[in-house]
Amino acid sequence: MAEKILMKGNEAIGEAAIVAGCRHYFGYPITPQTELTEYMARRMPQVNGVFLQAESEIAAINMVYGAAGAGARAMTSSSSPGISLKQEGISYIAGAELPCVIVNIQRGGPGLGSIQPAQSDYFQATKGGGHGDYHCIVLAPNSVQELVDVTVESFDLADRYRNPVLILGDGALGQMMEPVEFRASVATVVEKPWAAVGMKNRNQPNIINSLHLKADEQEQHNHKLQARYAAITASETRCEELYTDDAELTLVAYGITSRIARTAVEKARGEGMKVGLFRPISLWPFPSDQLFSTASRTKAFLTIEMSAGQMIEDVKLAIRCSKPVYFYGRYGGMIPSPREIYHEIVKIFDGKGGR
Amino acid sequence: MAEVLFSRPKSLLDIPMHYCPGCHHGIIHRLVAEVLDELNVRERTIGIAPVGCSVLAYEYFNCDMMEAAHGRAPAVATGVKRVLPESVVFTYQGDGDLAAIGCAEIIHAAVRGEKITTIFVNNAIYGMTGGQMAPTSLESQVTTTSPYGRKLSESGMPIRMSEMISTIDGAAYITRVAVNNPANMAKAKSSIKTAFQLQMSGAGFSMVEVLSTCPTNWGMTPLEAVKWLEQNMIPYYPLGVFKTPEGVAKV
Ligand SMILES: Cc1ncc(C[n+]2csc(CCOP(=O)(O)OP(=O)(O)O)c2C)c(N)n1
Ligand code: SF4
Repeated sequence: MAEKILMKGNEAIGEAAIVAGCRHYFGYPITPQTELTEYMARRMPQVNGVFLQAESEIAAINMVYGAAGAGARAMTSSSSPGISLKQEGISYIAGAELPCVIVNIQRGGPGLGSIQPAQSDYFQATKGGGHGDYHCIVLAPNSVQELVDVTVESFDLADRYRNPVLILGDGALGQMMEPVEFRASVATVVEKPWAAVGMKNRNQPNIINSLHLKADEQEQHNHKLQARYAAITASETRCEELYTDDAELTLVAYGITSRIARTAVEKARGEGMKVGLFRPISLWPFPSDQLFSTASRTKAFLTIEMSAGQMIEDVKLAIRCSKPVYFYGRYGGMIPSPREIYHEIVKIFDGKGGR
Repeated sequence: MAEVLFSRPKSLLDIPMHYCPGCHHGIIHRLVAEVLDELNVRERTIGIAPVGCSVLAYEYFNCDMMEAAHGRAPAVATGVKRVLPESVVFTYQGDGDLAAIGCAEIIHAAVRGEKITTIFVNNAIYGMTGGQMAPTSLESQVTTTSPYGRKLSESGMPIRMSEMISTIDGAAYITRVAVNNPANMAKAKSSIKTAFQLQMSGAGFSMVEVLSTCPTNWGMTPLEAVKWLEQNMIPYYPLGVFKTPEGVAKV
């Protein structure tokens, strides 16, 4: 086992990308993810990689498009307003079936918002964000170690499905320091016969494209993408459950919020309240089947988010509205405390919970 | 045995093009393809197609191609070139694509001295969307979004991209040509060739602006369109070399 080192979340993502064989990073500074851009600026030349500070997020994501189209493992990162700018390119990347990794270390919004942590880009991340019928695979780790593991895995997932993977973190996760361990370099070499690298001895040009002018051809292309999304949904849902076997109330929270919720759950358990925690790790595909199966065991759900309530819609859909779903959220950059969440739990047990 | 004097360049596929009669896009495609043939680089070339009438350029060029979002071709080309420094990368962009929505991308590709070649087709109008005003539309030019003629007080002066980009240090070779007659076609081809050669020698960013007609949206016959280009566009957009690295003439 490798030794553990203390690392900031943002920097750990950068090192993990390098471990995964990413040698092309294109970015643009924005708080609270800038350390990742800066880390890549330092590290990429040391591993014979390419770091490029683009003139905008729009340019950065299009550089990723070019690099991914030319067969490289490529990455970009940003925070909420910057991700909004990248949405044009993400839609094109999804349409052109290119693998790449995009990191969103979220901050409060809408607009320029705050620079503190938030989870208010959930809709944007999981429901498309850009135009058209498409999905990114969206993964939401909750520790610096998991940021590392998820980042490494993201490059494999992106290549396997020829689809963009979005790592959805938040300012707290990006900024906090925790001990992490990097497993030995695990870069998988993937053949990309479709890449536009120059024809060499090929007879047919390779074309990277998302244009299908005829509606029936566009529909065929959408069929193909939808089949892929179905395959991803069938095999790539991820979640973690804690005390859900006998929970009367099941909390649902992801990312940093899941850790705060966990503290509240432990305290409530210590006082005899049967509470559990369900943590989606993949936000798209959402672990709907797993959550649905907990619905038969629990009496109610409490969704905790650093937003005005976005994931709660997926929670209600997943359990097919079979149980009451309560909600507690802070937003704008405010982080809920374990105490606040504990009080919500008590309120629900007392029959005074808010929905 | 008869000698073949004229044939389709290998870098162009044998497919009928969709361009309107008298449109210069087809000629410009052919010149680029002839240059790729003559330099023998087709098999290591990646072209980036734009949004605009030439959106289907990837259907015509017989080399690897990528289709970019409106205006973003220089950024896409940057990504490709950084992955494959030994490849030959070109973007092909209209004036709406390059001078309006993609203005930042082209300027910064030049600033970085990105080793790519841009073929910039300036027809002073948005062709594909049906003839709206472009940043390059001339004063008083009537388009569907300047139905009373382009007013400088509202829309400013037509933008001269070649002059502007030639002020950027990373730009190695910037030239404006036209394909309105055989002599100019020969000059245009030689400029395109120089631009690609300079890319390959690592000199920096190269751009060839080609003045072009859009008879359909100008509402003219092809012959009238060529005349309009000569009488109106060339005086405002003078032909010539705006930037050249030392000794470019000998390349
Ligand atoms: C983001 C975006 N905005 C607008 C359009 C619509 N659009 C397609 S082509 C075009 C203008 C292209 O004009 P130009 O680049 O001058 O090329 P031409 O058609 O004249 O060859 C526009 C505005 C688009 N496809 N994408
Ligand atoms: S609309 Fe204009 S630019 Fe487009 S193909 Fe026709 S003539 Fe050419």
